[in-house]
Amino acid sequence: MSKTIKLRKGLDIRLVGVANKVKTDAATPKTISIKPLDFHGMTPRMLVKEGESVKIGSAVFHDKYKESIKFASPVNGKVDAIVRGDKRRILEVVITTDENQEASSPGAVDTNSLSGDDVKAKMLAAGLWPFMRQRPLDVIADPKNEPKAIFVSAFDSAPLAADLDYVLHGKSAEFQAGLDALAKLTSGKVHLTLNGKLPADATFKEAKGVELNTIYGKHPAGNVGTQIHHIDPINKGEFVWTVNAQDVANIGSYFLTGVYSAKKTIAVTGSEIKDPAYVEVVQGTNVASILEGRITSDNVRVISGNVLTGDKIAQDGHLGFYSSQITVIPEGNQLKFVVTKGWMGPGFDKFSNSRLFPTYLTPKKRFRLDTNTNGEERAFVMTGEMEKVFPFDILPMQLAKAAITDDIDGMENLGIYEVVPEDFALCEYVCTTKIDIQDKIRQGLDLIAEECM
Amino acid sequence: MKFLENIVHKMEPKFTKGGKLEKWNPIFESFTTLAFTPAHVTSKGSHIRDGVDLKRTMMTVIIALLPALLFGIYNTGHWEMVAASGDRSLDFWSNGGDKMIAGLIVVLPLIVVSYGVGLTIEFIFGMKNGHSLHEGFLVSGLLIPMIMPADVPLWMVGVATAFGVIIGKEVFGGTGMNILNVALLSRAFLFFAYPTSMSGDKVWMAGVENTNVDGFTGSTALGDLASFMTEKPVFNNLTEFANSYSLSDSFFGYIPGSIGETSVLAILIGAGILIMTGIGSLRIMISFFAGGLLMGWLMNVVGGNDYIMLPPLYHLVLGGFAFGAVFMATDPVTASQTATGKIIYGLVGGMLAILIRVLNPAYPEGVMLAILFMNVMAPIIDHYVVQANVKRRLKRLKTT
Repeated sequence: MSKTIKLRKGLDIRLVGVANKVKTDAATPKTISIKPLDFHGMTPRMLVKEGESVKIGSAVFHDKYKESIKFASPVNGKVDAIVRGDKRRILEVVITTDENQEASSPGAVDTNSLSGDDVKAKMLAAGLWPFMRQRPLDVIADPKNEPKAIFVSAFDSAPLAADLDYVLHGKSAEFQAGLDALAKLTSGKVHLTLNGKLPADATFKEAKGVELNTIYGKHPAGNVGTQIHHIDPINKGEFVWTVNAQDVANIGSYFLTGVYSAKKTIAVTGSEIKDPAYVEVVQGTNVASILEGRITSDNVRVISGNVLTGDKIAQDGHLGFYSSQITVIPEGNQLKFVVTKGWMGPGFDKFSNSRLFPTYLTPKKRFRLDTNTNGEERAFVMTGEMEKVFPFDILPMQLAKAAITDDIDGMENLGIYEVVPEDFALCEYVCTTKIDIQDKIRQGLDLIAEECM
Repeated sequence: MKFLENIVHKMEPKFTKGGKLEKWNPIFESFTTLAFTPAHVTSKGSHIRDGVDLKRTMMTVIIALLPALLFGIYNTGHWEMVAASGDRSLDFWSNGGDKMIAGLIVVLPLIVVSYGVGLTIEFIFGMKNGHSLHEGFLVSGLLIPMIMPADVPLWMVGVATAFGVIIGKEVFGGTGMNILNVALLSRAFLFFAYPTSMSGDKVWMAGVENTNVDGFTGSTALGDLASFMTEKPVFNNLTEFANSYSLSDSFFGYIPGSIGETSVLAILIGAGILIMTGIGSLRIMISFFAGGLLMGWLMNVVGGNDYIMLPPLYHLVLGGFAFGAVFMATDPVTASQTATGKIIYGLVGGMLAILIRVLNPAYPEGVMLAILFMNVMAPIIDHYVVQANVKRRLKRLKTT
């Protein structure tokens, strides 16, 4: 049964730099990369050496402990460098692209005639499996597990996020094929959740074989975690898989053509970007050519993803595997004088969920926020802040404290299986303490993974 | 402000690790972060952070305290003049300037002592533990003088502040870790260690001890009411009491009492600021007042002596009830932390305050003890609220 959910809690952080609905096709980048760090808890084992050439869809590395999970190259090219960090940990596999980006097409695969295991095997072999994410823990789905449902969110409510209705407009065939494949993977339902505030694109509205739910509310309404909690919450011992909408289309594209597809349309956004707009790129693309000539100031931070959950990358870095936007915001590494821009200032440039700044009187205004923490780290003093932006029947502060104190029983009781760090992003944003709560939740999940799963 | 910034940058190396004055870094940091929000940037997780920080939060509480403080200073001056002249019917608003100055002479030293002692201790602990000043005491330091009787000796305020900060807070780990409200603990310490300086009818007006007027007592409304429980009540019945202390006088605060507590109007202005900015918990304030009304009404139903029969509204405007509800019970560290817990915490706190007032002749005022007791109970209340949440989740597991 499809559900309609209305959220009262949440927060839309209104930033300057929304992408205009203009799409350009980025030229083939000089390099692309696959970053094992995008896949938490996964240890890669390289299948190619530096200097070897790779083809679209050929495996670059696989998971050391789950060898069936392969990571495919999205381009034709040559492995340029395997960047390693401490203890020879692989940080990034950089591939230089060939001019010829044609792929040989073995032809369509009809999912209707396949069993669930066949679909799974095809996806694993094709390197599509990393698109499948699992809750609890927020890691790549374990193919051995049986998910009780698969969730896809039809919109992204994060600050400056790409408008998926726009991005996937006209791609209903691929999207539907992807949903058909996903439906084979679970004995439960595939849930697609639409934004109640805006009319959804036909791609989503007319999707078949799925449970169409509607959710109303502010961010994190578009987060799949919020939707799962209200539609079919996860209990201990259960698994739910999630896939990004654009990746569903990529999976579908594979079943329609037989070629590994890793194209996506990303939003190039942020206050420091001239003419924010959409660009169609390939997975892991180098962002240098996209950003060239568009960054309007010197001291900036480039983020692969949104400002709440994204990763900091260099100006010539590479797009993260799951990111569908680039955000460029000013760095806040300057002192701010107390009565002008500091804690005693009028605060017309500060965006806050509390009503301590006059800006709560201007509910439409958009802000140019920098990366300054706006204060030092402190102990938990204020209460009730996180609850305002956390639309779960879970006590966020108590759960965060259980995670900080490595209290496994506490975390289990308070609902750690239902949350991933992303769900705590807004809590982290609003919290007076400036503690990195997402990181603490991640550490808590790591402990749970080690001890309880 | 570039030149100030340059000074900070120039001095910084001396105080950082390996510098000559490394030990003093916490103090250096406390002052520089007071002048400049530091250049800390986010490194993990969310790349942007809310504009709010503990400094602004605490500053807002201080602003909310100002109306009550200013009124308290004036009121102190007024009652000092009353005590000197022995005439209780002295017009409240005449000679405003003189009263303000007289009040300042009494109250300012209290504030200075409280901040001086408290901040010194905070800095010592900060240096010991290697952290800059945590802002909690900026509010406690102002609350302490505001809940003292005007005539309290300065050294007592110093001792009480030291006790509150060290035993109440620092032994637990500093701001955010304390179990009991620091300001109330300081007051409770004095109340039990030096009862004669904290209760009775000799302390509420500055200089009342030296007054030469025969038959004049510096009694307060609550003291007079408590005498209903004794053999020799000050008033014969409640009507007489109401003639002396009208409801409106008590609301506006034209009565003697602790420095900051008398004017319910000024306190409500502060409450408005706290609620508007979202710092003070509306849940606690409303439930605390509701608890007081409820218990006052229950007492009326039960009946007994005249004090028990006092109309419930009177309870809310007399003594420290309003001040406690708005500024003490809402202390986020020591109150309940869950939404439901806050309502229970406030309600029971308000009820206890009135219960102690009307049934225990030894404590004319019950608000302080009620809130301290609820501080201790808050974790238990939270525990049950959390367990209810946990049970909901377990139940879901069973039904599926």
